[in-house]
Amino acid sequence: MERIPILKMGRFLLVSIQVDMHDQLAMQLQDDLTQRIADTGAHGVLIDISSLEIVDSFIGRMLGNIAAMSRVLDAQTVVVGMRPAVAITLVELGMSLSGVRTALNIEQGMDMLSASADTAAERGNVHVAN
Amino acid sequence: MTLSSHGQLPTILRRHQRDILTEWIRFQMRSTATRRELISEADLERESSEFLNAFIKAAEAGGATTGDLSAPEWQAVREMLEQLSRSRAQQGFSPSETATFVLSLKQPIFDRLRREVKDVESLADETWSVTVVLDALGLRTMEAYQKRREDIITQQQQEMLELSTPVVTMWQGILALPLIGTLDSARTQVVMESLLQRIVDTGSLIAILDITGVPTVDTLVAQHLLKTVAAARLMGADCIISGIRPQIAQTIVHLGVDLNSVTTKATLADAFAVAMKRLGLGVTKVAASPKAPASIETALPGGA
Repeated sequence: MERIPILKMGRFLLVSIQVDMHDQLAMQLQDDLTQRIADTGAHGVLIDISSLEIVDSFIGRMLGNIAAMSRVLDAQTVVVGMRPAVAITLVELGMSLSGVRTALNIEQGMDMLSASADTAAERGNVHVAN
Repeated sequence: MTLSSHGQLPTILRRHQRDILTEWIRFQMRSTATRRELISEADLERESSEFLNAFIKAAEAGGATTGDLSAPEWQAVREMLEQLSRSRAQQGFSPSETATFVLSLKQPIFDRLRREVKDVESLADETWSVTVVLDALGLRTMEAYQKRREDIITQQQQEMLELSTPVVTMWQGILALPLIGTLDSARTQVVMESLLQRIVDTGSLIAILDITGVPTVDTLVAQHLLKTVAAARLMGADCIISGIRPQIAQTIVHLGVDLNSVTTKATLADAFAVAMKRLGLGVTKVAASPKAPASIETALPGGA
């Protein structure tokens, strides 16, 4: 069965969606990703959708769900590389994905994750020191 | 219509063509006296004589008996008239001035008919058939005039749409979109598409939407703006809305539009300063210049 690969890069997980998403694939990704976050204890998830050309309300909701689930598991989610047409479609569908962080490309998304992971770590240290 | 009336009208027209033309032109000059500056007497004479000639030819071919302008006999007249009213529309003639061209032909023709046709019944028939044809031609003129005007409006709309949505790069990573004119759905679509495309092309992190040139902001416009902001955010770029005039700020609050999710600034300069700060950029004064206003340092706080 077709699966979307989830790669581990240091403290973060990288999901690159290179095929057209259908509902079954999206559900599978949700399962796999939550499992991997729990297994690896990752602090951030980077979802690259630069190859994704077609979205519907289900995929939009799935992205929001993944972000919410990751947050519960203490990992930040950043969606990167959304195409203009996809962004317009989501807005017209009334889904502004307000809980999801976004970045223009992988590089900026990675910087964003590192920055927030660093501040989180600092805060954690201070707490331990006290 | 009897066969005899079919025979009479074209003959009368052809025989008195010169007189009819002279009277017609005189009548037109009288009624369009104020429009002398738009069309010269020579042009008017040429157009009138060409039209009358084509009109008589069509009548001779039997077109006047039916009054049906879609008949092939009227083709030349129709085309000439449409061409004429298109050019009049472009020159700035008013609708009634354009229609007068054809309708003023009635009087000279009726005069001739009254003098030439002695039989009361056939005079009424001839008069009626001429009226039907000339009225139909007048309507045709108006249609062509209207169509030309609509074409002009559509063309201008298109041009405005293209002209009014430039996306400019203010700095590496900072885009600005000076919006000028009313925002409707069609324009928002164009604005959104061009902005998002430029964000991808330039990899910009911040986009400034400047609405100084937007005359009114109602709930619909605000919704369009928020949609654009949301789409840009989905792509990973932040939006700042600037150029909000005091009246517009009042309107927005009175309408209950929620702009809390967006950074708003009063002027483009303020928005640019915020954008610079977010990117860790600053402006510093290199050397003292007597011409520079003292406030420039405070307007754009340097350093990050």
